[in-house]
Amino acid sequence: MDVLDLARWQFGITTVYHFIFVPLTIGLAPLVAIMQTVWVKTGDDKWLKLTKFFGKLLLINFALGVATGIVQEFQFGMTWSEYSRFVGDIFGAPLAMEALAAFFIESTFLGLWIFGWDRLPKKIHLAMIWAVAVAVNLSALFILAANSWMQHPVGATFNETTGRAGMTSIGDILTNNTLWAAFPHTVTASFLTAATFVAGISAWWMVKKARTGVAKDGTTAKSVYRTGLRFGCWIMIIAGIGVIWSGDSQAKLMFQQQPMKMAAAEALCHTEDGAAFSILTIGDVNNDCEGVTRLISVPGVTSFLANGNFNSTLQGVPELQAQYEQKYGYTDEAGNAISYSPNLMVTYWSFRLMIGFAAGSVALALAGIWLTRKGRVSDNKWLARLGIIAIPTPFLASSFGWIFTEIGRQPWVVAPNPTGVDGVWLLTARGVSPIAPWLVLTSMIVFTLLYGVLAVVWYKLMHRYTIEGAPEHVEDVSPTKIGGKPRTADGDDGPLSFAY
Amino acid sequence: MDLPLIWFLLIAVLWIGYLVLEGFDFGVGMLIPILGRNDKERRVLINTIGPVWDGNEVWLLTAGGATFAAFPEWYATLFSGFYLPLLLILVALIVRICGFEYRGKINDAKWTAWWDRAIIFGSWLPAVLWGVAFANIVRGVNLDANHNYVGGFFALLNPFALLGGVVTALLFLMHGAVFLALKVDGDLRVRANRFAGKAAIAATVAAGVWAVWAQAAFANRAWTWAIVAVAAISLLAVIFTNAKGREGLAFIFSAVAIAAAVVLIFGAIFPNVMPATNPDYSLTIRNASSTDYTLTVMTWVAVALVPIVLIYQSWTYWVFRKRLRTEHIPAPAGLSLTKQTSQAAV
Repeated sequence: MDVLDLARWQFGITTVYHFIFVPLTIGLAPLVAIMQTVWVKTGDDKWLKLTKFFGKLLLINFALGVATGIVQEFQFGMTWSEYSRFVGDIFGAPLAMEALAAFFIESTFLGLWIFGWDRLPKKIHLAMIWAVAVAVNLSALFILAANSWMQHPVGATFNETTGRAGMTSIGDILTNNTLWAAFPHTVTASFLTAATFVAGISAWWMVKKARTGVAKDGTTAKSVYRTGLRFGCWIMIIAGIGVIWSGDSQAKLMFQQQPMKMAAAEALCHTEDGAAFSILTIGDVNNDCEGVTRLISVPGVTSFLANGNFNSTLQGVPELQAQYEQKYGYTDEAGNAISYSPNLMVTYWSFRLMIGFAAGSVALALAGIWLTRKGRVSDNKWLARLGIIAIPTPFLASSFGWIFTEIGRQPWVVAPNPTGVDGVWLLTARGVSPIAPWLVLTSMIVFTLLYGVLAVVWYKLMHRYTIEGAPEHVEDVSPTKIGGKPRTADGDDGPLSFAY
Repeated sequence: MDLPLIWFLLIAVLWIGYLVLEGFDFGVGMLIPILGRNDKERRVLINTIGPVWDGNEVWLLTAGGATFAAFPEWYATLFSGFYLPLLLILVALIVRICGFEYRGKINDAKWTAWWDRAIIFGSWLPAVLWGVAFANIVRGVNLDANHNYVGGFFALLNPFALLGGVVTALLFLMHGAVFLALKVDGDLRVRANRFAGKAAIAATVAAGVWAVWAQAAFANRAWTWAIVAVAAISLLAVIFTNAKGREGLAFIFSAVAIAAAVVLIFGAIFPNVMPATNPDYSLTIRNASSTDYTLTVMTWVAVALVPIVLIYQSWTYWVFRKRLRTEHIPAPAGLSLTKQTSQAAV
């Protein structure tokens, strides 16, 4: 494999891996903040138990999100240096803003939250987790601003003398309509992920407790886990509606801005009036439109999804290819023909798997709410199984969503903007660093092995802490003054409430 | 306003922030096998930096992001050119983060021992490699006309750079020990203080040799001699104040010494950001920088946010200002590796 293939595989592996941890953090930090808020407001211990339980899982997860995030920032320069030279003027700004405006807050205030239970008054301590919850979402906004610019460059111009892109308007970059379609979709999907996680684990625990026979007397099953389950289910329903709504508006925008991506996603092999939505399409792996056969499809639906009209015309891959060739050239510097369509099979299937897996959460939300209606506690073992099965589905949906959106952008690393900025585009092949293949191969092997080991550790810890369950007893250790003035006379010299 | 110059200074400030802050938490990690005689003592050491190391590390990400935004050519050349050292630093930082967060999660001697190794490895390796990397920048590297590094990996392991690695490792050892003397109490405090004295002497000697070498061979201006003097005086002051048991002052001088080292490095390369062995190919603050528009936007962002970051990070240190003793460390809260079988399963 050459540097380009290795660099792409490495980016794919490190990014998909990073995004296992990110959506859970983005969604779970606010959910834990809400749990703690309810505890502070009501003083009801069950909410403190939930806060502690899911807080620990959040922290195990957060560590790997941070650790793998550093790789994300560094590898733009390491393996994609020509890309970095071309876009640094624009792309670097949201990354730097993320660090300054969001990541500093996350890291600093998370430390205050973890270690501060007995150092900070109750309400100040609550504010720490809220700061984290807001900042992780702000992080997502800045990172998506950078990514959305690659999908749809705005606020930029091409500088003939330097051969680089230059920023003309930070306002345009931060108000990019691509960003404001991607951000709600990513955030609602993250809430769906976290809520499924909370509901799934709670469902399993509620059933387990109920089956040991202690549910009826109002102990943990009823108070803690039923509460966690219903809380998670309602958030899932709200987030799920948000995912569908935001996904639909994002798709409509993509039909305008990246028609090739959507044509590939729908296996549209020629221009159609009233394009059908494909349920099942098969094709060869040679990645061209010949040999692609649609087995099942629903007429008109794709046209409707694209612009709300069942009869509208959508362009197919070959027609778009011809347009791109006219505009951006037939061959690259080496004289090879450029294919402007992404890998059809990957794009087609990742789009469907994204939608299919997201539906996995819905079953749990509906079952969970129905089976616990009117104060009931369920001991239905199928609910426990459903809870566990549902947990990974939104993670998979997110991963396939990113694979779709990034593979669908190929062969561009900065996709051309058909509606505006002229000249600001870059083929992926031109973005890679001019370095020896063995370097990239080495790092790809190192990251894959390291990430593999850490995945096992992460899973074991998450599993172990999940089967430990929520604490049976919790104590309010908050002091009355900042810095840990004692609540009792000898409090100041006692052991810390939390230490590594 | 000369925006590229402002950003050159701002990036120096970010590196000062990073190396002064993470410098002592690297030092604490490096000292685990040296000062921590048993698990409880090791936990005291780790918990002195527990609430703050993560926030310290963000200074690196900010320095990286700011370099990307303000000097894309520098970012591209540096990161692709120093590929292997950066890969090793990434691996070190990843296992170190997991070490801190996961060490106490399972209450098992083997488990904690492995994560101790991860923290120790993850602290030593970057402590050495940051010195190697910066010394190479001061020395100048082999760039081609497109500003791509063509020197190969082994050219980075020259004597000047390796001595640079020794210097940063010793500086961080000293800085970490001084920080511990300030943050712990009891027997550990005495040992940290004693170790800090030795580390400070070693750091002074090594840093002195390196700084004079750098001045004589690579920095072609007089004012950086003043910085060398500031560094030397600060290091001697660390030795003196530490011996007197004035831990707060010793920490301030130790921080000043590290800051002076960064100023010396940035002063030595100015107006280059990445000097090349062929000076025609050097990256300068002019030819490596972003457009004025981007720099203006970023300046406003930095001016608005950096002071706020400093305020809340300082507040964190104040909240956790109490000295730690072994008695403050609660019983391990980690779970056993496997769930006890007494509980019924579904």
